[in-house]
Parts: sequence; C-alpha cells; structure tokens
Amino acid sequence: MKLLTDLDAIRTLSKGLLDNRRITGQTPESIQFRSVMVCGGTGCTSSDSNAIVDALNKEIANLSIQNKAEVVRTGCFGLCELGPVVIVYPEGIFYSRVEVKDIPEIVEQHLLYGTPFEKRIYEQTRKDGEILNFEETDFYKKQVRIALRNCGTIDPEVIDEYIASDGYTALGKVIMTMTPEQVVDTVKRSGLRGRGGGGFNTGLKWEFAARQEKQQKYVICNADEGDPGAFMDRSILEGNPHAVIEAMAIAGYAIGANQGFVYVRAEYPIAVQRLMKALDQARKYELLGDNVMGTGFKFDIDVRLGAGAFVCGEETALIHSIEGFRGMPTPKPPFPAVQGLWNEPTIINNVETLANIPQIVLNGAEWYASIGTEKSKGTKVFALGGKVVNTGLVEVPMGITLREVIFEIGGGIPNGKKFKAVQTGGPSGGCLTEEHLDCTIDFDTLTSLGSMMGSGGMIIMDEDTCMVDVARFYLDFTRDESCGKCTPCRIGTKRLLELLDKITEGKGTLEDLDKMESLSLQIKNSSLCALGQTAPNPVLSTIKYFRDEYVAHITEQQCPAGVCKSLISYEIDAQLCKGCSLCARKCPSDAISGKPKEPYVIEKASCIKCGVCFDVCKFKAVMIV
Amino acid sequence: MKTINITIDGIDTEIPKGMTVLEAARGLDIQIPTLCYLKGVNHSSSCRVCVVEVGPRLIASCTLIAEEGMQIRTNTKKVRDARRTSVELLLSDHERECLSCSRGGSCELQSVSNDLNIRQVSYVGEKSSQEKDYTSPAIIRDAAKCILCGRCVGACGTLQTVNAIGFAKRGFDTVISTAFGRPLAESTCINCGQCIMACPVGALGEHENITDVWNAISDPAKTVVVQTAPAVRVALGEEFGLPIGSRVTGKMVAALRKLGFDKVFDTNFGADLTIMEEGTELLNRLGSGQNLPLMTSCCPGWVKFVEHNFPDMLDNLSTCKSPHEMEGAMVKSYFAKQEGIAPEDIVVVSIMPCTAKKFESGRDELSGGGLADVDWVLTTRELAAMIKEAGIDFANLKDEAFDNPFGEASGAGVIFGATGGVAEAALRTVFELTSGKELETVEYTAVRGMEGIKENVIELPGGQEIRTAVVHGLGNARRLMEAIERGEKSYDFMEVMACAGGCITGGGQPIHDARTLETVNIKAERAKAIYSEDEAQVIRKSHNNPQIQKLYAEFLGTPGGHKSHELLHTHYLERSRF
Repeated sequence: MKLLTDLDAIRTLSKGLLDNRRITGQTPESIQFRSVMVCGGTGCTSSDSNAIVDALNKEIANLSIQNKAEVVRTGCFGLCELGPVVIVYPEGIFYSRVEVKDIPEIVEQHLLYGTPFEKRIYEQTRKDGEILNFEETDFYKKQVRIALRNCGTIDPEVIDEYIASDGYTALGKVIMTMTPEQVVDTVKRSGLRGRGGGGFNTGLKWEFAARQEKQQKYVICNADEGDPGAFMDRSILEGNPHAVIEAMAIAGYAIGANQGFVYVRAEYPIAVQRLMKALDQARKYELLGDNVMGTGFKFDIDVRLGAGAFVCGEETALIHSIEGFRGMPTPKPPFPAVQGLWNEPTIINNVETLANIPQIVLNGAEWYASIGTEKSKGTKVFALGGKVVNTGLVEVPMGITLREVIFEIGGGIPNGKKFKAVQTGGPSGGCLTEEHLDCTIDFDTLTSLGSMMGSGGMIIMDEDTCMVDVARFYLDFTRDESCGKCTPCRIGTKRLLELLDKITEGKGTLEDLDKMESLSLQIKNSSLCALGQTAPNPVLSTIKYFRDEYVAHITEQQCPAGVCKSLISYEIDAQLCKGCSLCARKCPSDAISGKPKEPYVIEKASCIKCGVCFDVCKFKAVMIV
Repeated sequence: MKTINITIDGIDTEIPKGMTVLEAARGLDIQIPTLCYLKGVNHSSSCRVCVVEVGPRLIASCTLIAEEGMQIRTNTKKVRDARRTSVELLLSDHERECLSCSRGGSCELQSVSNDLNIRQVSYVGEKSSQEKDYTSPAIIRDAAKCILCGRCVGACGTLQTVNAIGFAKRGFDTVISTAFGRPLAESTCINCGQCIMACPVGALGEHENITDVWNAISDPAKTVVVQTAPAVRVALGEEFGLPIGSRVTGKMVAALRKLGFDKVFDTNFGADLTIMEEGTELLNRLGSGQNLPLMTSCCPGWVKFVEHNFPDMLDNLSTCKSPHEMEGAMVKSYFAKQEGIAPEDIVVVSIMPCTAKKFESGRDELSGGGLADVDWVLTTRELAAMIKEAGIDFANLKDEAFDNPFGEASGAGVIFGATGGVAEAALRTVFELTSGKELETVEYTAVRGMEGIKENVIELPGGQEIRTAVVHGLGNARRLMEAIERGEKSYDFMEVMACAGGCITGGGQPIHDARTLETVNIKAERAKAIYSEDEAQVIRKSHNNPQIQKLYAEFLGTPGGHKSHELLHTHYLERSRF
C-alpha cells in the first residue's frame, strides 16, 4: 500500500537521480556524473533511437564508466525533425541526427573526457564559437513546459521517477485534504479550457458532471488525436503517462466517478505500451484500485483502442465507440456530463488538458491563471509543421504572437522563401495571413479571425503554396473522415470538394465560388457535430483571405503558386540546361528527350506533371509555366 | 405531470416536460418536415431536414427535448435555406427515376422536396453506391435510392434485434450493408420486411413476382389457385383509398376472380388445419413433457430467427408447416385428386401480408416430392398493383365468396392475422377436444392486445394448466428467449409473430408514411377488423369447420397421423449467427 509517506520516501530516494538531469552550469572538469537522455518518442524511435540507447549502454559498459553516466530513454524533446535526439546533462548539450556509429566517440569524448562530440551538435546551439545549452536556443527559450513537463527528463516507464518529480502528490493532496467541490473549484478558477478543440472550460464541465446525482459516473481521456500533423497527445502519453493517470484519478474524485477510460488510437503503439505499463505500476502502488493511497477512494482506468476514425475524437462518437457501436456522433444535448457513456454522467477531457491538472492542483489555480491571456489561461502545445525551419512540438504561453512562434521559436521560413500563411486548428481551422502575424494566440482571437485553436496543429506555408490546393487538402480529409451520418457533412463536403476540384482544374466559374461560400455556410449551420460544423473553415478562410488566388484559377486558368497540376506545365530553359540527362532518366513517363550536353525538351503530351524533373535538376533549368 | 413553457414562432405554449420540439410544434399544428425520424424506430437526427432555430443555432427538432423558456423559430430564412440545402444535397445523390420507382407517389423524399418547393437541384456531382442486391427472394435493396436515413437499420436492429444491416464505410462512401457486405440472401436477415415498411424512399422493396403470376395465369395448361392470408383482407383496401382497418374480403375475392385465378381459396382454412395439427401436437407434448414450450411455426420470420439465433431450441418449434404451406400441400394432393388435375399442372399463389413468406415458399423442406407446396407468394402490395394494372375498379366491386373445398373457414382461422390469434384459436380447440364440452365464450381476450409479451396460465377442464406466452415483435421475442435460456422463464406454449401486432403489420402490407405511422394506430385498426371478421363467422372454432372434418374423414385420417406428417409437417435447419 502506497501512502503519502511511502511516496515521500520514494521521492527522497529518487530525487538525486533527477537532480542530475538539469543544467547546472558546472565547468566540464567538475562534472562527476552525466545523464544521457535519448528521445524515445515515436519520431526518434522511427529513426532507431532504441539502437542508440543500446549502443550507449554497451559502450559505457565497455569503458566501465557506469558510475559516471546513465542512459535514459525519455519522451519527446520536441525537435522531431532532428531525430534521433540525444541530450546530455548537466551541460545541456543537444545532439541531433545521432547515428549508432557516433556512439563510441560520444561516449569516449564526452562522457569519459568531457568534450562534446562536435559532429552531431545541433547547429542552433552554436553561437559565437561557443556551444549553448539547448534551453538557450530560440526554439526552447520562449517555451513554458507544463503539459510537456517531464517529457525529456524522466523515464516514462519508471513510476519512481515520476513520483520523484512530484508525481501523485497532487492526487494525494486532493484525496486527503480537499473536498470534491474544492477540486472542481480549483480547476474552474484556473481558467483551464479544453485543449482538444472545443475550448470549453474544464472546471465547468467537471461541475456539470459532479452535480449529477448518479451512482455511476465515468472519466474518459480522449487520446484519439486525429488532426493531420498534430501529435502533442501522443508525446505526452509517451513521455509522461502518469500525469494523465493522476489527472484522471483527480477528475474521478472531483466528479464522483470510480472508472476511467483512455480512448487512444491503436496507431500509437508506443504510447499505448507506456500507458499500459504505467497503469500496471500505478495499480501496484495502489495509486489506482479499490483503495487509493489507503483512503478508501476507488478509481481504476481501462484502455480502449480506437481504430483511427477522425470522428471518434468527437465526444459522443467516442462514447459510442467505447460502448462497442459504430463511432457516429449523436446530438448534444444531452451532453455527456449529464448522459454519457452507457447513459451515465461522463466527462471527456483531452490528454493535454489532463496533463495540466496535477500542476494546477499543486501550484494553485492562481498560478495557472497568471499565465496566458484574460480568457485563455495557461499554455498550449503546438505541433509546428510545414515550411518552417524548426518543426516539432512547442509549448508556449497563451497570448504569444504567431510571429514569435513562427519566426523566433520556429526559426522562420526555410530556403529564403516568403511566408504566406499559417494554418491553425487542423482540418477544422483556417488559414491566416501575414497581416495576422502579430495577433495573439488564444482561443477567442483565432476564432474571431476565422480559424481556431483546435488541438494545436500549426502548419506554415510559404509562397510556393497554393491556397486553393490547401483548402482542397483539408476538405478532402474531412470528406474522407466524415462518419457519413448527417446529410450536410456526408454529401455537402463531397459537393464542396467537387467544386474545389473544378476550380483547381481551371473549369470553375465565379458562380461556383459563390456557391461554395453558401454551401459552406449551410454545412456549418446544419451539420450534426463539430466535424461537419467546422469542415468548411479551411475553404471559407482561404476564400476570405486569398480570394484573388481563387479568381486567378477561375478567370485566368492560372495557379499563381504553380501547384495545381491541371493549370501548370513544365518546360526546360535551353539556356540553363546543361544536358546532364538526369531529368530524362528520372522521368517516370519518358516525356523528356534530348542529347547529352545539349538542352533537353519535355514532351507536353506525355508529361504527367509529377514534378520529378523540377526537383532533380541541379541547374534550375526546369521551369513551371 | 410536470409542464414547461416554451415559445414557438411567437406562440406561447405549455407542454409536458420531456417532449421534443417537433412534438410540441405539431401540437400547435406547425408542420416541420422530417425524413429520418420514425418514432420509436429511428431518432438519429441525421437528415437535418427538421432543423429549427433556437437562439443562434439550428438544431434538429426531432430529438431536441424542449426546455423551459426555449424560444424556437421554425420558419425563418435560415431554417428554410438549411432544409432546402439538405434536401437538395440528398437529391443530388439520389437516383431520381421517380416515374418508374415503386415508391413514386408514396415517397417521403418526393413529398418533402415538393413541400419545400424545390424546383431545381443546385448541386451536381458523383453519386455514391449504386449497388443493387436482388439476391434475397424476399427483399431487394437499391443503394442508388438510399438516403441513409437509417430507418431500416432502426427497424432491423432496435425493433427486431435482427441486426442484419447496419452502416458501413465512411463519409460519402457510407452504405447500409450486411455484415462483411455479404448478399442479403446470405445474411442473418429473416425477411420480415420491416425495413421496407420503414424506408421513406424506394431503396427497399419486396422481390416482386407479379410477372411470374401473370405468366401462370395466362398459361392455359395451368390451373392457377390463389389463397389469401387473413391479414390481407383488412389492409388491401388502403391501397385503394379506403380507410385504414376496412374489411374488404368480398371485394378481394371478386378482384382475384377478375384477375383470372381459377380458384380463390382462403388461407384461413389452412389456419384451421394448422390448429388441428398444432393443437394435437401441443397435447402430445404436454403429455410427454418433451420439447416444451411448443413454439408456433406459422411465422417464417420467427422460424428463421430461431434458426440463426437459438439453434438449441429448434426442437421446440412446432413441426407444423405454416397455414398457407399446409393449404398448398392440400391443393396439390387432395384437391388435385378430387379435380383430377396433375399436381404439376397446378400453380399455387399465396397472397400474404408478408415478405418472409416468399422466402418460406422457396424452402426445400416445403416441397413435397420436388413440387413446391406454394409456387408464388405475392404481398398485399403486389396484389394491389395487379388489380390496378388490370383496370379493376376495386372500391366498387360486389362482394363474392371463396371457392370450396378450401373456402370455408372458422373465425379461429381469421384471427391468425393478429398477435394472440394462433394461441386463441388453439385454445378454443384444445379446450373442447380435451373436455368434450363446448366453450361458453370463445373469446380468450387475455391473449389479445398489443402488449409486447402476454403471459397467461390457461386451465383446461381436466385441471391441467397451460402456461402460455404470446409475443410479437422479434425484439420482445429475443428478450423472452434469452430469459428462457437463463432459466428465468418457462412456458408450455409460445406464440410468436415477428412483426409488431402480428401479420396485420407484416412487411408486405400497404406502406404508410412516418406521419401516418405516428398518428394512426394502424395495428389496432387492422386488429379490430380481424376480430370483427371472427365475430361475423358462424363457425368460430377450427375443429367445427365442416370442410376440415371432411378433409380428415376423406383424406388425412387423424390429426398428427401418418398422412398429416407426410404432408403437413416439416423440419428446420441450424443457420449461422452472423
């Protein structure tokens, strides 16, 4: 039985371990022990970070320096593009794109002799001939990590490390010193709003459920993250699963539920495995079960795997999926807080939302509410992607500007291209332009501009992006992921996509543009669930801010960004072509011919406009016209 | 009852708490169009045609429970535009061959579209699934006309708990499908046709056999014999504009003669015969104590339901063929001999309120010596179509009587058409056969009525008790069967009819729109007609039917005897659960 005193004992024992995992500013010579943190998130695991962990352990054993260094497989550091990522404490040296063959040198040079291994040092940590610790880089220094706390500093598979990092203290505090009403009140006053897309006040949601006088209630963690490019929930589950478990137990106590479910995508195997492991550990420590911390409070959690339907992120569809039915939304009201899973009061909170809860309980509602803006409190994790230098996960305080995120944290647009737009909110969101760069990031501002916070996808687009094509991409996604239940979403998104297709093929008319706008409004107004109600947002926001581009496709049959295949063709500039023949060899449809060392020519009739010639030409001789 | 106050279109109204906005509006005679909504069957609010404005939002009124102080507007531009758009979108993905559609004129999509004054469809584009499934001998499905309202899924799942169909695939590709997309004929469909009754458009219908029957009639070498089930005569009139619950027995017989059938028989005779056999079987089982409860086998939907879902209880089913199959067997044996016609030159056509009977007539076990007992089954709707095609002025026909030897029937035979009827008919006969006394009142009202499960203990004169359960609707039947399996319930005799109310609401009966189904108690009206037909009969008990007595004396011998077993009894198969 783990009582608070047991937790304290664990904390004391493990504290030293965690103390090694922070930047101390010691001189290299004075460092006695180093912690080598290897990212074990999905991105880095895909680039074989497990082999790095094995190689590190092997090499450390070879040199018999186990007393000088530890290797920890952690959650995500955020800079996924640079994986596998390895961070060495206490200097905070950040190695990127580490390969197994680098390991002997890293171990010998850095761990044994204290000299960082130059070859893999992340470029942005170099400044004026010095190597900065990673927290001083643009990518990290503006971040405030609350939800992503512990991601990258603890081994998510070791519960003691989570406990050492104040884990389960909040749960203990809640059960032993607070009434359920006080817990609800704390969450309410913190101003925390749902991070899954809706942005509803979390405490209020809890209050609705708490008020229901029912014996059976449920807490559901929504880990059915589905927005293309968004992976904050996955990273939290992979890097700090106990925070979610602890938060769910707190929620259970607050609303009077004794059973929780985590609904997580089956496509997240690492997250699922770590979550299952964490649940086992928590049960073993009696932090879950019939007698949590010896207090008589009963709470346990089951995991349900989703099969990858985007719509199952919608509360009611998710509930039906857990119940064993097809994941199709049902009307609200009744809201799940009143009538949810198996018709019992149920709260559904997103992973990121829950990850904030223990910290709110520990540090107080006022602390949390002091971060962010008036109506959007705390931080938000964004998945930066697209045409931006630093792609990855960032957690920033609400109220930061788009410019700061894109140009400071994100490092701006690569290859000297011009910024064109930023898409937030995933398929439900919209595209914002240069004029919005100084707008603050918060729920209400984004919504007022025709986009939304959503779950935190942030895709940056440069001048080579066609906004009609972008709208098409997102709408194609929602059309595909519509559950097919209600008419406006099922048929409306299809008809809207067909109109978009017409325009990208240069066959559209200005009337089609009007029709698209009116159909979009109808789909928004009359769809059954949020999927349909927001599906037209990418279309409406691009029409609003990039109408000229639509008009160019329609009246001039031109795609200004040179993307829409039907409206472009490829030509070879005879002046620039060196006759290297590379394009002809790569062309999949044998559309390019010529003699070596003489200019090559593209036969338009055979060209399938795949763009391979454009991509491979070293002399920029292939032009889009 | 708690009430609340709401305002609809400026009219303040006090309504019971828990009422939907749709119901409240209808109470004020405000018409809100609906498509997917079918009370008690489908509350999916998926078509979005019934949206109303509540504050800034459009909400489907069919599932919106009214709340105190709610301000609702049903006739604003926003509402009209949204409704029109949803219907136009449905039309853009609908096979609009309305002129030749079986539901042309009775299509709810057509009438909603008309009501919303849609004169052109603004949206064009690819159409979703065009798949047609004609594999089932009972029910055909046409995805090209399906509007995915889900009413059939509700009928099959929520009502009948058959769950043969459900939604499959996603988005625009969504279809109503059987498990693994198998042909309907290979699914767990029990052919009850309640999906057809629920369908607002022409996506579902019976597998038509009109042409087959016309061909038989026009073949001079064939003697074409028709028989009509009890429930047909209390519904057929609706197809010709007569009120729901009109009894049109005499006109129906006249029309059948005009269509060219050589003999017009009454399936009620077959029902009387069934009572003789099943009553004997019940007494035998009560005597031996084996295979109790005896479960009725008149309903082919129920029989297939047992075959799929409760194969351990196949021996409990009565081995009696259903009435029309018995009658078919008698036509091709007794009647054929009497008339001197070769059985293979006789075509037996059954007019049934039922689509499952089409499947039943094709069962191998119901073909004595390779010759089907019944050759073709037509639904009430198909008969109406033939009458219309033949130009017969049905409403003005003079009543005619059935032909003998199978035209005379007791009142017990006619009540087979309503839930409780088989039980009541059986009890009338079993009582008199065991006691040798005549019943003072023949009506066993305890087994009548529309309650889903009716349990009774009937005491026979000898003191023996028969514990009966009368069930209608397969949802109720499943619940009862599961209770029996768990050992919570036990009976001696169980009458089950797959459709709610019995054959009178069978899947082959005239189709009514959602609004009529909601406002008129069709079951009750037709049942009333059935019982009035019973009362009008001189003979009320099967064993008193002189034609039945003659048949046993001249041909069959005794009920449950050797010849009966050969001609009037059957067996069942275990079928897959999915």
